[in-house]
Amino acid sequence: MQSEIVVAKDLAVSYKNKSVWKNANFSVRRGEFVAVIGPNGAGKTTLFRMLLGLQKPDKGTIKIFDADPRRGNPKIGYVPQRHTIDNDTNIECVELVRLAFSGNRWGFSLSSRKEKKAADEALAAVGATELANKSLASLSGGELQRIFLAEALVSNPEMLLLDEPLSNLDIRRAKELVELINGIVSSRKVTTFLVAHDINPLIQSLDKVIYIANGRVAIGKPEEVLTSESLTRLYGTHVEVLKDSMGHILIHTLYGIQEEPRRDEDHDKY
Amino acid sequence: MESRRNRAGMKTMININLFSALESVFRYSFMQHAFEAGTVIAIVAGIIGYLVVLRRTSFAAHAYAEIGFAGAAGSVLLGINPLIGLLSASIIGGSAIAVLGRSASQRDVEIGSVLAFALGLGLLFISLYTGYATEAYSILFGEILGISSGSVLLTLAVSLIILAAAAVVYRPILFDSLDEEVAEAKGMPTLLLGVIFMVLLAAAVSIAIQVVGVLLIFALMVTPAAIAIRLTKKPVYAIAISVLVALLATWIGLFISFYEPYPVSFFITSIVFASYLFVRFVYPK
Repeated sequence: MQSEIVVAKDLAVSYKNKSVWKNANFSVRRGEFVAVIGPNGAGKTTLFRMLLGLQKPDKGTIKIFDADPRRGNPKIGYVPQRHTIDNDTNIECVELVRLAFSGNRWGFSLSSRKEKKAADEALAAVGATELANKSLASLSGGELQRIFLAEALVSNPEMLLLDEPLSNLDIRRAKELVELINGIVSSRKVTTFLVAHDINPLIQSLDKVIYIANGRVAIGKPEEVLTSESLTRLYGTHVEVLKDSMGHILIHTLYGIQEEPRRDEDHDKY
Repeated sequence: MESRRNRAGMKTMININLFSALESVFRYSFMQHAFEAGTVIAIVAGIIGYLVVLRRTSFAAHAYAEIGFAGAAGSVLLGINPLIGLLSASIIGGSAIAVLGRSASQRDVEIGSVLAFALGLGLLFISLYTGYATEAYSILFGEILGISSGSVLLTLAVSLIILAAAAVVYRPILFDSLDEEVAEAKGMPTLLLGVIFMVLLAAAVSIAIQVVGVLLIFALMVTPAAIAIRLTKKPVYAIAISVLVALLATWIGLFISFYEPYPVSFFITSIVFASYLFVRFVYPK
């Protein structure tokens, strides 16, 4: 049982009194890299909010590290979808990472050696040592995601929840970031959930896919879940999974092709 | 040889003049009071202002000033020290907005509506008051030169409380300002932090109104911090610069106003604005 990090049984959730998905059964083991995919509004972020203890299930149980989810669990590192970093955020990167380490402590003090060491190590782990003293406002999308990853890693979590880290990156940068995350997953044995629109940059690194659509949740190895049969069952309508010669897949549903993110709905809070 | 001696002589003359000028300024107790209050207020405004800019709550800061105006006008009507009315009205208004959550403090339309109503209420109180209209004028545009020694003490006490509280919540508020969602997920009391911040802001705005007035509050609460943020990436340095800009503007403004027959607020806002223009357009990025 020790290696089962997350176990969900007959789980159901809602958002603003509307059922999002139900009858979900899944388990994730220590050190697994799991992608959470599905159309907008399917309830991907809701799954994160539940793991973070920010939302209670309607029905069923979810256990995380053999306990109920609770807010402020130090074993979890979280990277939300962001909006607040902009041109006015002229603050050096290392400061954000340091605050993630000690920001919950009250009282004024100049940064301690321990805090500095933790921040430097986290930045080194994501290959961002040279970004430490750069301003957050000056970073590219990929660089920002690495800093956010360092921010999540600084408290040495056993689980990472990454919400759409790839959404504003081109395919090359997305693949670089996935490689970096994959390295962290395997070297630190940190269980990682990553919400994404597009499965393609991830597909080679994944252990499991959680596919949420049509109020239902499917889980399994990518080659089990991402098939025409399994997704047709999930959507309840005919779905075709097309594969090109390079192994990229395209999920074709009645609602259109699911591969490309629909930017205008990127900020949904489901 | 000759010219060097001349220049040296001129330098001492300027030194002596500046010294004697300061001496004559401080000979008057109203100037002493103005400098005392102006100094503590500039320190508080510089520090709180940095968090205001970082949290993008400048508009809320302006609203608190206007809510404070209604309170101040009300207490003029009742014959109490306007500073008390200012503090209580803006703190109550501040907590109310804060309890609605951080996103509420960034809702321009709602805040704008409250702000206009508060200003109208203040206008009613002023018109009900049969005394001098100068009271309204000094609340709206600041009148530090007339500050009483009682108000100086009250300002000092409020400032010390604000600074002590700000020191305690500094780190959590800084983190919450930068990354609210992660702070929430980490189990930090984000709503409580928001309320504490808004109360501190309301108190800081109330005392700063004495220097620059309701309508010019940005000059002390926002612009110095905006200047600092352009100059440094380190929060501690930014706070130091923000305080320094507010202090220099206040001191120089008070000093000039001793010799020139124009309002202090005008000099302070001009110095701050000129500094802003300098870092915005001249200072290399």
